[in-house]
Amino acid sequence: MKRVLSVLVICMLSACASQTTQPSADVEERTIGGSDGADSNALNGGDPRFHPLRDPNNILSERTVYFDYDSYTVKGEYRPLVLAHAKYLRDNQSMSILIQGHTDERGSREYNLALGQRRADNVKNIMLLSGASDAQVESVSLGEEKPQTTGHGESSWAQNRRANIVYRGE
Amino acid sequence: MSCYINRLLRGLFVFLLWLASTPLHAALDIEIFGGGATRIPIAIVPFEAEARLQQSVTSVVAADLQRSGLFKLVDARGQALYEPGQINYTDWAVRGANALVIGQTLILPNGQVEIRFYLMDVAKKVQLTSLMTTVPMTQLRAAAHHIADVIYEALTGDVGVFRTRIAYVLKQQNKYALQIADADGFNAQSVIEYSEPIISPAWSPDGRALAYVSFENKKPIVYVQILATGERRVVANFNGSNSAPTWSPDGKRLAIVLTKDGNSQIFVINVDGSGLQRISRSSGIDTEPNFSADGQSIIFTSDRGGSPQIYRTAISGPNSGVVERLTFEGNYNVSPQLSSDGKQFTFIHRNGSRFNVAIQNIATGQMQLLTNSQFDESPSFAPNDKIILYATEIRGRGILSAVTSDGQTRQELSLQDGDIREPAWGPLRDR
Repeated sequence: MKRVLSVLVICMLSACASQTTQPSADVEERTIGGSDGADSNALNGGDPRFHPLRDPNNILSERTVYFDYDSYTVKGEYRPLVLAHAKYLRDNQSMSILIQGHTDERGSREYNLALGQRRADNVKNIMLLSGASDAQVESVSLGEEKPQTTGHGESSWAQNRRANIVYRGE
Repeated sequence: MSCYINRLLRGLFVFLLWLASTPLHAALDIEIFGGGATRIPIAIVPFEAEARLQQSVTSVVAADLQRSGLFKLVDARGQALYEPGQINYTDWAVRGANALVIGQTLILPNGQVEIRFYLMDVAKKVQLTSLMTTVPMTQLRAAAHHIADVIYEALTGDVGVFRTRIAYVLKQQNKYALQIADADGFNAQSVIEYSEPIISPAWSPDGRALAYVSFENKKPIVYVQILATGERRVVANFNGSNSAPTWSPDGKRLAIVLTKDGNSQIFVINVDGSGLQRISRSSGIDTEPNFSADGQSIIFTSDRGGSPQIYRTAISGPNSGVVERLTFEGNYNVSPQLSSDGKQFTFIHRNGSRFNVAIQNIATGQMQLLTNSQFDESPSFAPNDKIILYATEIRGRGILSAVTSDGQTRQELSLQDGDIREPAWGPLRDR
């Protein structure tokens, strides 16, 4: 009980010292997946080493894996893309990525959050089996909260069922 | 000193919120569909001197009773009837009223309002109950909800829920606000506002705090926020995603969903973030936990059988860890919530291409669909189990809707603009 009280007091103090519209979170300041050493500015400033990621003719410029409804199986057509990024990570140990899993808008938001996580995890697992290291790849889910397009129909939904590969510092 | 200034600022902010949430802005449109055959005909005569008040009391009472689906309003406009002694019961019987509500209001010298009301049984010509209350002018809606609760309880024998509150998430353009409002949608106030998504608000059993999931730090993290003070803390910020908070009945623990060990799995954690304990162990998705009223078991959504279905597991006692599947119809059953008596649960059932609110009796396994709309989400029982609040979509816009647990009466509550989702019905307030 004492512990709860002291936590409350601390919360009150910190809330009081903060702004009003957005109460301050006692959030540990940490980037997703922790600070894993990838220089966050590596991709800025046009360093030629990183051109393969931006070259539209290079498969590494493709960053999205699309999924079937209610499925988290990475379809064969996306394997070359996933494998290319795995190889790039293997050859560039200082690079790291975030894989964001997404779903369409139908159904439960919480179930979709879990489904998006499985999509991201499946992409991650293929990468780990193909030479990327665990420290280089973090998978997270944004569920149905960040659609690529906001329409309400199968063509929009198909675009929203996806996993996005985001290089840190990009 | 800066603390003092901040307090002033916060006071100003609350005042601005109040301005922004005056009834005109907050008004939810209520539409009622269908309705049971056995609705109680009730006449509510405008209270004496009510026109002098800032807010009509009887119109709020009438709207409350009508929304419950259990009452039919008998026209009582233009009547000047304020005392039980003046009642001509035969006249009201002819008008078709079984129950009659009359009353008086009086503005006291200190500005407060005294309200008296009487509930009469027209057939038996007796007074069923009465109430006298004195409230500030700003609390007239609350007083009216109180009167509606007294009437509801006297005539139905069930607990009234008109004084409860709801929480929901309002999205306007790219802004997300976690809001709380009275059960009729008025007095809406933002608890927090962010430019990143907020999902899964859950009321603490005492109604003083909300747990929710915010993406403000670029990934889902579980917070608990005390409503009266605005203070909040992180409950779960583990590696991966943190979501789906739900309170234990004693308010000391939360069930949450974490992906720190791989797939989404259910854990229990103390409200202060200590004592993490894993509950579910499957190779699939386990999510959307919900405690039974005795705290001994949890129902949840899992795709362990190949499609999302609803399961129940004991979390203490001799059967601890034993998992039982509850839903078998269809291949998408999610978002379970148990009734407070534990005998049934409401959930979302995919019905062809539709996602509808359903209810299932645990003992019989019998499922009943309660809605036939296109995209329903997040069903939440009223504390008396009689009404289920849920989110649905009309012309691409999220609105709140409510259906009685027997499926007989449905109503839509819609804010004037914005996209509303993730409703959660709060507990009964202290009486």
